[in-house]
Amino acid sequence: MSQITNEALIYACSAIGAGIAMIAGVGPGIGQGYAAGQAAAAVGRNPGAKSDITSTMLLGQAVAETTGLYGFAVAIILLFANPLPGKLK
Amino acid sequence: MIEQMAALSTGSVGRFLAADADFMIKGLFKYTLFGKELYITTTHVAIFIVDILILILAIAARKKVKNAKEIPDGFQNFIELIVEFLDKFVAGIMGENAKRFANYIGSIFIFIIICNISSLIGLRPPTADYGVTLPLGLITFFLVQINGVRKNKLQHFGDMCKPVVLTPINIIGELAVPLSLSLRLFGNILSGTVMMGLIYGLLPIFLKLGLPAVLHIYFDLFSGAIQTYVFCMLTMVYVTDKIGTTK
Repeated sequence: MSQITNEALIYACSAIGAGIAMIAGVGPGIGQGYAAGQAAAAVGRNPGAKSDITSTMLLGQAVAETTGLYGFAVAIILLFANPLPGKLK
Repeated sequence: MIEQMAALSTGSVGRFLAADADFMIKGLFKYTLFGKELYITTTHVAIFIVDILILILAIAARKKVKNAKEIPDGFQNFIELIVEFLDKFVAGIMGENAKRFANYIGSIFIFIIICNISSLIGLRPPTADYGVTLPLGLITFFLVQINGVRKNKLQHFGDMCKPVVLTPINIIGELAVPLSLSLRLFGNILSGTVMMGLIYGLLPIFLKLGLPAVLHIYFDLFSGAIQTYVFCMLTMVYVTDKIGTTK
């Protein structure tokens, strides 16, 4: 039975942290769904403005997605470019 | 025990994962510059190929347009479609300033979209490297600032201190523009690349042939096109916000 080294502990906790960071994906999901729902309602009310509504919706969704992508960036950094083990020395 | 520690200290978790799922940037050729080890990576090669594709397209388009026909056919139709779409896209947001920016917006639009869909021809998309998207975001940042100064002179900086209490927030807001623009493009394309890499690593060989094609449509074509559209649109919105528009 081998011991857990300091590095291994950091990597394990980083993997857990990456998983927790991806909880940030909940927010954009709700926001984008809400935007799409409102856009669908708007198209139903005014089918003539479909292209304008679609482009506005896509722009809003892309901006709403930013926070989720920050979480994703943190997760990716923790998994693939982890700065923490370097601080052990 | 010692080998285990050595393996852990030389590589991060990614090194172990990358054996199964292949989505990392790889160094192909090592060279030293000013005592630093640098690599020619897959990103460089992919950008080179994308650039050559764009150059071929541009030269072919120029040849075709030089002896253009009254009634367009085939390739000329295609070129006119692209140019008309880009012109209309820019004019729809920038109004009378469209002429000044149509060239730049059109260029980055074509560059980013070909980068994004380049994974269809087996490349690792260059836009899934932060070193590619950050310069694109910085270009937008300087475009916004320089146009703001040219339009409003020193009042451009005066606007940032209005109201005085919110000056730091306004400055952070300006600095966040390139960061959020580049991270948005990078994150979306990288998430597509990672998902495709994981799926390719996961599937048994007989499923690898047909099934991922459906996912490529979403992750590469749809997501790539939307992100290109959003990047160009946000660039124009930020610039228009500074210089104003009259339709």
